[in-house]
Amino acid sequence: MSVLQALDIGLGFLVFAVAAWTVFARGAFAATVGYVVYGLLLSLVWIRLFAVDVALTEAAIGSGVTGVLLIGAAARLRGSETAADEKSLSGLPRVFAAGLSLLVAMALAGVVLLFPDEGPSLAPQSMQHLPETGLGNPVTAVLIAYRAFDTMLEKVVLVLAVVGVWSLAADPHWGGAPGEARAERPEPTLAFLAQVLAPLGILVGIHIFWVGADEPGGAFQGGAILAAMWIIVMMARLTEAPSTSAFWLRLALIAGPLVFLIAGVGGAVFAGSFFAYPPGFAKPVILFIEAFMVLSIAVNLPMMVAGPPRREPKR
Amino acid sequence: MSLVDLFSVVAIGAGVFFFLAGTVGLLRFPDTLSRLHALTKADNLGLGLIALGLLPRAESTLGAFKLVAIWALVQLAGATTAQLVGRAVRRKGTAA
Amino acid sequence: MTSATLAGFVGAALVGLGLYGLIASHEPLRKILAFNVIGSGVFLVFGIVARKGASAGLPSDPVPQAMVITGIVVAFAASALAVALVLRLLDETGRVTLSPDAWTKPSGDGAEAE
Repeated sequence: MSVLQALDIGLGFLVFAVAAWTVFARGAFAATVGYVVYGLLLSLVWIRLFAVDVALTEAAIGSGVTGVLLIGAAARLRGSETAADEKSLSGLPRVFAAGLSLLVAMALAGVVLLFPDEGPSLAPQSMQHLPETGLGNPVTAVLIAYRAFDTMLEKVVLVLAVVGVWSLAADPHWGGAPGEARAERPEPTLAFLAQVLAPLGILVGIHIFWVGADEPGGAFQGGAILAAMWIIVMMARLTEAPSTSAFWLRLALIAGPLVFLIAGVGGAVFAGSFFAYPPGFAKPVILFIEAFMVLSIAVNLPMMVAGPPRREPKR
Repeated sequence: MSLVDLFSVVAIGAGVFFFLAGTVGLLRFPDTLSRLHALTKADNLGLGLIALGLLPRAESTLGAFKLVAIWALVQLAGATTAQLVGRAVRRKGTAA
Repeated sequence: MTSATLAGFVGAALVGLGLYGLIASHEPLRKILAFNVIGSGVFLVFGIVARKGASAGLPSDPVPQAMVITGIVVAFAASALAVALVLRLLDETGRVTLSPDAWTKPSGDGAEAE
């Protein structure tokens, strides 16, 4: 067994062990911290599968932003009286649940074993048309050029999720701002971190978005880093979350899918069919769409983490 | 094995040793503040040594610069987190 | 056993683990965590499909990778909506639980029976 194989087996065990900790830990807070660690280890597994873009997305969104969301929720739930109501599943239902889970896992493992060694693949077609799109990264080409319609619908799903989160506000709070007001004296340590990290983070985020055209990276990863910077600045109370009825906020949220849709319809007018890009002009159009996608993601993710408005709107 | 490779192996080995020492401190020290102390000191030094060992293997000067920048950013994040955890422990006791 | 098959087994084990956590925990936050574990397990099985599609000079098929990236973002959106629901329940009633006894037993503050 080579060193790399031993490393893979060890990594697999570690991922399973941390996931088991997440499911079986005593407190919800400990389980949430375990989930963040699990997400970072999963990024390593994705690197071993040679899917670097997915590893970046898992680390940034799957572990990072989801981690912030869940830890915030766990902190707020810590004081609530859930202990008295908790009586965990016991006896026959627990055995049944364990048996069902084992059955599903074994069925899935059996399916994994049935995969042929050289499966059907769309990689040749992706590489064949890559020069026409002007991009060097095939995953970005799939996201923005070959399956552009799916990505646009995914942006629409993000907008729908924000609408869903905002609609959970109490009636008097509709149109107000989520989160706490700006602090008179923000906590110095967090303020220092935000002031040093935010400019660097914005630079890194824009770089990863720009470089995603030719190397691993792209709009989602870059946008997630920009979103993280805004979340840090809001957490340090250096600025407060914008009011949900602000026009610029709503415009920024829909800018991504809107520009995407306009580009698709423009393709029908100028290049022959819905979501076709004009030949020779494909890369500028793609980068233009991606820029607005980054803006939308960077505004969307912090709004979902901040949650529904909890203050009355200012008149 | 060339001299550069030997240097990399030694530096990365030393870094791994410091990480191990930090983890032993995390598991064995009695209370939160001393665990924080072991974790931040040992892990920062361990990461620095690993970055140092990887420097000769970077593909370009920019890549080497990125490694050092990663070490600096992890130090920033680690220092801030340690400060915040320490402050929370001091305010609320170790049940924080 | 290649790294791709190993990742597939780990993914299958994670789906089983997450399913047990989803059914057996009563706290809604733990259910959300278990749901995320199931999701990432399914994405790992996608990853082995991508890896086994390596050809044309690429180490891994880009189309399943793009689908997994989309999936990670949508899973985050679903988690955010679920967390917002849980926190609203907390704001309204002061406690968060899905155990049926808690809502149907008569209690002093007149909580509604579900």
